[in-house]
Amino acid sequence: MAQFLVKRLVGSFVVLVLVSLMAFAIIWLVPGDPTSAFLDTGATPDQIASLRQQLGLDRPMAVQMLEWYGRIVQGDLGHSILLNRSVTAAIIERLPVTLSLAGLALVFAVVLGVLAGIVAAVHHNKWPDQVVMTLALFGLSVPDFWLGIMLILLFAVKLGFFPTGGYVPFSEDIVGWARAIIMPAMTLAVIQVGFVARMTRASMLEILNQDFIRTADAKGLKRAEIMLRHGLPNALIPILTVGGIVAGALLGGAVIIEQVFSIPGVGRLIIGGILSRDYPVIQGGLLFLAVIYLSVNLVVDILYAVADPRVRLE
Amino acid sequence: MSARLDQPILSVQGLTTALARSHATVLEDISFTIAPGEVVGVVGESGSGKSMLALSLMGLLPSAVRRTAGRIVLDGDELTSGSADHWRETRGRDLAMIFQEPMTALNPVMRVGHQVVEVLRRRRGFSGYEARKEALNLLRLVEIPSPEKRISAYPYELSGGMRQRVMIAIALAADPKVLIADEPTTALDVTVQAQILDLLRKLRRERGLSLLFITHDLGVIAEIADRVMVLYAGRMAEIAPVRRIFDTPQHPYTQALLASIPDMKGPRGRLVTIDGAVPAIGSMLEACRFSPRCPYRHEICERERPPLGLVSGDQAAACFRPFGYERPIEAVS
Repeated sequence: MAQFLVKRLVGSFVVLVLVSLMAFAIIWLVPGDPTSAFLDTGATPDQIASLRQQLGLDRPMAVQMLEWYGRIVQGDLGHSILLNRSVTAAIIERLPVTLSLAGLALVFAVVLGVLAGIVAAVHHNKWPDQVVMTLALFGLSVPDFWLGIMLILLFAVKLGFFPTGGYVPFSEDIVGWARAIIMPAMTLAVIQVGFVARMTRASMLEILNQDFIRTADAKGLKRAEIMLRHGLPNALIPILTVGGIVAGALLGGAVIIEQVFSIPGVGRLIIGGILSRDYPVIQGGLLFLAVIYLSVNLVVDILYAVADPRVRLE
Repeated sequence: MSARLDQPILSVQGLTTALARSHATVLEDISFTIAPGEVVGVVGESGSGKSMLALSLMGLLPSAVRRTAGRIVLDGDELTSGSADHWRETRGRDLAMIFQEPMTALNPVMRVGHQVVEVLRRRRGFSGYEARKEALNLLRLVEIPSPEKRISAYPYELSGGMRQRVMIAIALAADPKVLIADEPTTALDVTVQAQILDLLRKLRRERGLSLLFITHDLGVIAEIADRVMVLYAGRMAEIAPVRRIFDTPQHPYTQALLASIPDMKGPRGRLVTIDGAVPAIGSMLEACRFSPRCPYRHEICERERPPLGLVSGDQAAACFRPFGYERPIEAVS
C-alpha cells in the first residue's frame, strides 16, 4: 500500500514538472510579443525594451527557466500586470468559489448518476431503464452553456427562484450561497450525471452477472441486500476511476459555467488572463488546474485501494 | 427436525423446465426423492441438465428458463406452490448450495469471514458476537487451517480449495436440511478434490446432511453417493442404488458411461467413447433421446418415449430394452 502510494506520488510529481515546463514555454510558443499586451501600439522601442527587462524576457531562456522553477516551488506564480497583484493571491482568493461550484457539481453528478445507474441496472430493459437511459443521453447531448442560459431565463428571470448570477461566500450567508450556487452546479453536473449513470449501469450489469451474486441469492438475501451489499461495492470500483475523470471535466467545465453565471471564480480569472495575454495569470491558472487535477486523481487512487483489497497488494 | 425416517426430506415430482422464448424443454419430467441423511448423486454429460436441475431446486433459474410443471417439496413444504419470497426465505436456511467455481463464487471485496457471518446474522438471527464465534467454528469444521487468521482474509488471498471450503462453510451456516453440491470438486486439482470429498463425507456422517451431489465423474459418485440418478438430454435415464448402477446398469447410456471409464489395471487400449453427442436443446426427439447413439435401438425406440419403468424394487430405467422392447407397465411416480 505504502509502495503503491509512493509510486503514484512520484508519477504525479513528474507530471507536475512537465506541466510547469509547458506553462513556462507558453510565452515562447505563442506568436506575438508578450509586451504588446501591456503597451499600446504606439510604444517606442525603448519602452518595449525596458518592459522586456522588467519581465526578465531579455535574459537567456535557461536562466529564465531556473528562475521560474525557483519561484513556483515557493508558491510564487508571478505578478499579474493587468490586475497589478500577485497571481497566487488572486487564485487563492477565488479558489473557494470554484471549489464550491465544482465540488457541489461533483456531488450532484456522483449521487444522481449512481442512483440513476442502479435504478436502470436493476430494471434492466424495462421502462425505468429506458427512461433513465434516455435522460442520460439527453444530459450528455445538451450543451451546458445553452442549458445554463435556459435555466437562467426560466428559474431566475421568469420565476425568480434564484439570482441570475453572482456569488455569495459560504461564510457570509449559507442560504444566499446555496441560492447562487445550486443552478450553476446543476448545469455543470448535467453532462456528468448522464456519463456517471451510463457507467454505473454498465458496471452494475456486469457485476450482477457474476457468480458471487448468485451465491448471495443462494443465501436467501433480499434483493436490495444483494444489490447494496454485494453488487454496489464491486460496481463502484470502476466508477471511482470515472469519478476522477468527472472531477477533471467539471473543473474544465467550470470555466464556461462561471462565465455564463457571472461567478467570480478561477475560471473567469483564467479567461480574463487569456483574453488580455496576461501571461503570469495563464501560467498560474494552468499550474493550478494541473495541481487540482493531480490531487483529485491521487485521492481516487487512495479510494481505489480502500474499495478494492486486491489493489493494496500490488 | 420434523422429518421422519420413512419420509423423504426432499421430493421432486414431474419437474419440467423450458426456455421461456422457444418453449424447448431443458428438463423433462424429473422425479426423485432424497431421504434424510441420504446422498443422491446426479451424473450426466455436459448439457444433460445437471446444473439446471440444481438451480430449479434452489428457485434460482436464469430468467431465460421457466419451470413449466412439477412439484418440489422440502420437508413437507411445497416450494413450488408458495411465493418467490417464500422460496427465497427457504434458501440459505433450509436449502443451501455450493457451486462449481470457487474462484468466482465469493464476493472479491468482502472478507470471507463476513460472507459466512452474513448468513448467520441475516438468515439465522445471530448477534454480531455470536455470529463471529459460530463463523470461526464453521471454518474450523471445514478444516481451514488457522481460522482465526483466515476469517479476515479476502478471497484472493485463499487457494481454490480453501475458497471451496469457505463456500461449504457458507452453505453449512444456513444449517440446511438439504445441501445441493453442483460439481464442487470439478474445478480443483486431484488431491484437493479428494480432500473436499473427504470433508463432505465427514459432514454427512457427523451432521446427517442430506446431499444432492452433481458431477460428471463416476469415480466421485462411487465414493460418495447412496443412490445415483443418470441424466441424459434433460431426461432421467436411470435411477438406482450406487452398487446396482455399477454392477447391473440397465440403461444403455449408463452402460456406455461405465464402459468409458478407463481401466487402470488391464492392458492399455484405446479409450472407449460414446459415438455422437448429446442433442442440443430445441432439437430433441420426443422418442428416446439416446436412440441415435444406442447400439440396441429398435423401431419402438424411434417412435415412442420410454417411460421410467421399475426393473427391480429400487432400480428404474427409461429404456424399452430391459422390458423386451415392450412398454413397461409400472412407472415410478
